[in-house]
Amino acid sequence: MILEALMAAAFVGALTVFLAPDEWAGRLAFAISLIPFVGSLYLWSGFEAGGNALLGGEIAYATQIEWLEVGGRSVSWFVGLDGISLPLFVLTTFLVPLAILSAWTPVDARQSQFYGLMLFMEANLLGVFAALDFFLWFVFWEAVLVPMYFLIGIWGGPRRKYAAIKFFVYTNAASLLMFIGFMSLVFALGDSVSSFALPEIAQAIAAGDLGTWFGIPPDRVAMVAFLAMFLGFAVKVPIVPFHTWLPDAHVQAPTPASVLLAGVLLKMGTYALLRFNFTMLPEQASMLAIPIAAIAVISVIYGAMLALAQKDLKRIVAYSSVSSMGYVILGLVVFTEYGIGGATFQMVAHGLISGLMFMAVGVIYNATHTRMVGDMAGMADRMPVTVGILVAGAFGYMGLPLMAGFAGEFFIFVGSLSAPALPYAPVFTALAMFGIVIVAGYLLSAMQSTLFGPFELETDYEVGPAAFHDVAPLAVLLVAIIVLGVAPDIFFEMIRDAAVPVVEGVTIDG
Amino acid sequence: MVNGLPAVTALLPALILAFTGLALLLVDTVRPDARSNTSMAVVGAFGSLAALAATVWLTASGGVSPDGGAVLLFADAIKVDTLALFFTAIFASVTALVLVAAHDYFHDHANPAAFYSLVTFAATGMALLAVANSLAVVFVALEMVSLPSYVLVAYLKQDRGSVEAGMKYFLVGALSSAIFLFGISLVYAATGSLILADIASASIEGLAGVLGVGVVMMIGGVAFKTASVPFHFWAPEAYEGAPAPVSAFLSSASKAAGFVVAFRVFTEAFPLEMAVSANVDWMLAFAILAAVTMTLGNFAAAVQEEVKRMLAYSSIGHAGYALIGVAALTVDGPANGTVMGAAMAHLLVYGFMNTGAFLFVAMAERWGVGRTFEDYAGLARRAPVASTAMAVFMFSLAGLPPFAGFFSKYFLFQAAIDNGFLWLAGLGAINSVVSLYYYSRVVKALWLDDPESSSALDAIDVRPTALYAAVIFAAVATVLLLPGFGPVIETAEAAASALF
Repeated sequence: MILEALMAAAFVGALTVFLAPDEWAGRLAFAISLIPFVGSLYLWSGFEAGGNALLGGEIAYATQIEWLEVGGRSVSWFVGLDGISLPLFVLTTFLVPLAILSAWTPVDARQSQFYGLMLFMEANLLGVFAALDFFLWFVFWEAVLVPMYFLIGIWGGPRRKYAAIKFFVYTNAASLLMFIGFMSLVFALGDSVSSFALPEIAQAIAAGDLGTWFGIPPDRVAMVAFLAMFLGFAVKVPIVPFHTWLPDAHVQAPTPASVLLAGVLLKMGTYALLRFNFTMLPEQASMLAIPIAAIAVISVIYGAMLALAQKDLKRIVAYSSVSSMGYVILGLVVFTEYGIGGATFQMVAHGLISGLMFMAVGVIYNATHTRMVGDMAGMADRMPVTVGILVAGAFGYMGLPLMAGFAGEFFIFVGSLSAPALPYAPVFTALAMFGIVIVAGYLLSAMQSTLFGPFELETDYEVGPAAFHDVAPLAVLLVAIIVLGVAPDIFFEMIRDAAVPVVEGVTIDG
Repeated sequence: MVNGLPAVTALLPALILAFTGLALLLVDTVRPDARSNTSMAVVGAFGSLAALAATVWLTASGGVSPDGGAVLLFADAIKVDTLALFFTAIFASVTALVLVAAHDYFHDHANPAAFYSLVTFAATGMALLAVANSLAVVFVALEMVSLPSYVLVAYLKQDRGSVEAGMKYFLVGALSSAIFLFGISLVYAATGSLILADIASASIEGLAGVLGVGVVMMIGGVAFKTASVPFHFWAPEAYEGAPAPVSAFLSSASKAAGFVVAFRVFTEAFPLEMAVSANVDWMLAFAILAAVTMTLGNFAAAVQEEVKRMLAYSSIGHAGYALIGVAALTVDGPANGTVMGAAMAHLLVYGFMNTGAFLFVAMAERWGVGRTFEDYAGLARRAPVASTAMAVFMFSLAGLPPFAGFFSKYFLFQAAIDNGFLWLAGLGAINSVVSLYYYSRVVKALWLDDPESSSALDAIDVRPTALYAAVIFAAVATVLLLPGFGPVIETAEAAASALF
């Protein structure tokens, strides 16, 4: 019941904060958000399950309670964690308190609503990673969109309404497509499944129970479902060419929302791709391996090139997320232990690093009220600590060894160089590696012109160091990035445990 | 019957509602000069909640007759079964919400007392409609719902819009009542009976044509009551002109009352096999009406500039969804009961989310902030709790998770697909996507837009407690019906399956 308790803490906390007075909403929200964090550390320390939750592995902290029945199949409250979802669960509970801290300075209107929505979003994000029943998962998945829509639309930048609606429409349309895709799979399974539990469905597909549906042969149903779900999740990830909502949403979103958007919401897409497309329909994935790998590499290179062309620091970080997500897709499609494990690890690593980058850019923006590369120079002079951490984070992005980003990308490349499932794997890997060079290029040049050199910025006030509660979350994130880079095994071991069954194909009751 | 109580106990909900109406008249007589309507609201709310409790008790105690089946009373003119109780629960819930909300809405009305008794008597008529097993009772009950409704729409006597709406509603209503009655007479001519079961078993040698015309005319009556095409055009006028609590009552409870007629009368008096063999295919007629109604309602709602009018058209759209319950039926269809049960569950959820939405409009009218989307801009700044509730209603009406509207629509479309009506479900899904556009306009106005001027929000100078309570209660119900959807859909499916 501990998973439920943590989600309930976030839900009840959200309501409490929503009704609390503005003056202490921020502090209250921070205090409440520590409950899920501490709880998730407890979950982590006691985690002993092995294998993949969907493929007959052991499910930790599982609860399954019948909810209702539709068309002869039962829907249940079914939550639990395995080696893939636990790291993302912990990532969420870790990032939310920090994001809340980073909101203390910039958010100065309607605070109780803001922090209430943040906690509401956390509760649903935890639900997305913990849910093992399709309907339950879908409810949480959609419920994440609602608070994000408000966070962007109310507290965002000048074009916030456009960005919020674009985000809402894109992701909702994608959800509908994905929903139809998954439902066609369930229909095609016919009577061989008696519930919407994801493990049961995954194992039934693996056992070859897919039948014809409305006269469509099973392999075609599977292919159509794969494509519909892939497109649906591709918008969320986002993969080029479905990425256009992302820069708008990121640039307009307030810093704390950007942190969660890049840090956790994008991972919902890759997590779902792994859980649904690559775990349930591995055959279709390997049939489409070359086009998917090509899209992944294009995302890496094209995202990096777009970042290269930007003048807005936040846009640079936003586009580089497109690039980083390309690595994750590459890791997934190669279908090796290190590829899929590395992709999952990279989700966590990128969550931390992009969170750090967005937060640091936000702190600088709070002080300067501009994010344009040409407007400022020599920020290191006035905000030494913030800038120092930002530089360190940028090196993490470039894949400096002993930082989390390096470990993630290294695992992915190790996995993809020797991938039997993907023809021309070395070529794709080499091309993707080239992306790192571009990343280094734009990050270094952007930092060069804004952070170093003599101080230059026209303001009518003195620009000074940031407050402690602005810098503290940055420092905590940096420490986490280094810890994860030095000792990747604290997560990678359990991730690999859960990734191996995906690679080996399904072992029922294994 | 439960533990040897007299069979008439099965009519408890309707009796409680009727006595509540009388009690309200009594309260008014005892204190004719009372300026406060608090006592009326309290009596009315308790009465309708007691009726709700009675329906829940009767349903939960395992049916209303010893064998769990229906209770037949008064020479088979009345039939109390789970279907009737389910709908009565909808009527009682909506009535309670509306009566509570009216306390603040009519706070400065010269004569608020009549409002409470009229709503309660209309609700009594609805409860009677739900148990009607004879076409005569159906017609009498229908008029018992309609007559108070005409008065309620025109309740703001000094308001030209209200009076005009009442007039239009009355004229269209009188016409459709006449058509419905004529349809009943033709059915009687063809079958020689008014009791539903006897109509079904009557021999109609050579009179199938007469019966067909009668059935078509009865469909017209149902279309009027549910605000479906082709008798929908009174609805936008009446809902817009009427006081908002009345719009809430009409668009939720009165609409559901129309559906109980459709669900019971057509399946029991003209069973599917007979309808097909006699060439009186009312399912097809309803399928066409459903398709046209949901499309017309949704597209018309998308171009409205006033929130209340948008809600009126959206209510037409929802009538289209609920009509799937009598449209997606086939002889020996595997999911006949499921599809009708899903439509019933949708009407229950709709009862809360739509009533809530109209009551939010009532609150806006109470504040006097104006009627258009622009007038609603920025209300969330001054009234975040009510605006949250409104966002819940809008997203739920659009069928977005995590609200109950998602499940009720999904179950409905799923059941239609299971019964082979993929096209109808697909059309419904497309319409749902369209509806997200206009529902989210309200949310955008409330939450994202800035008020037109800094003084625009000063209109919000009072916190009408009872209105708030009703709106929040409806919102909580809309949310909680998602986790609690299981018992609702099970009861509804069981009730509907008993008809086939």
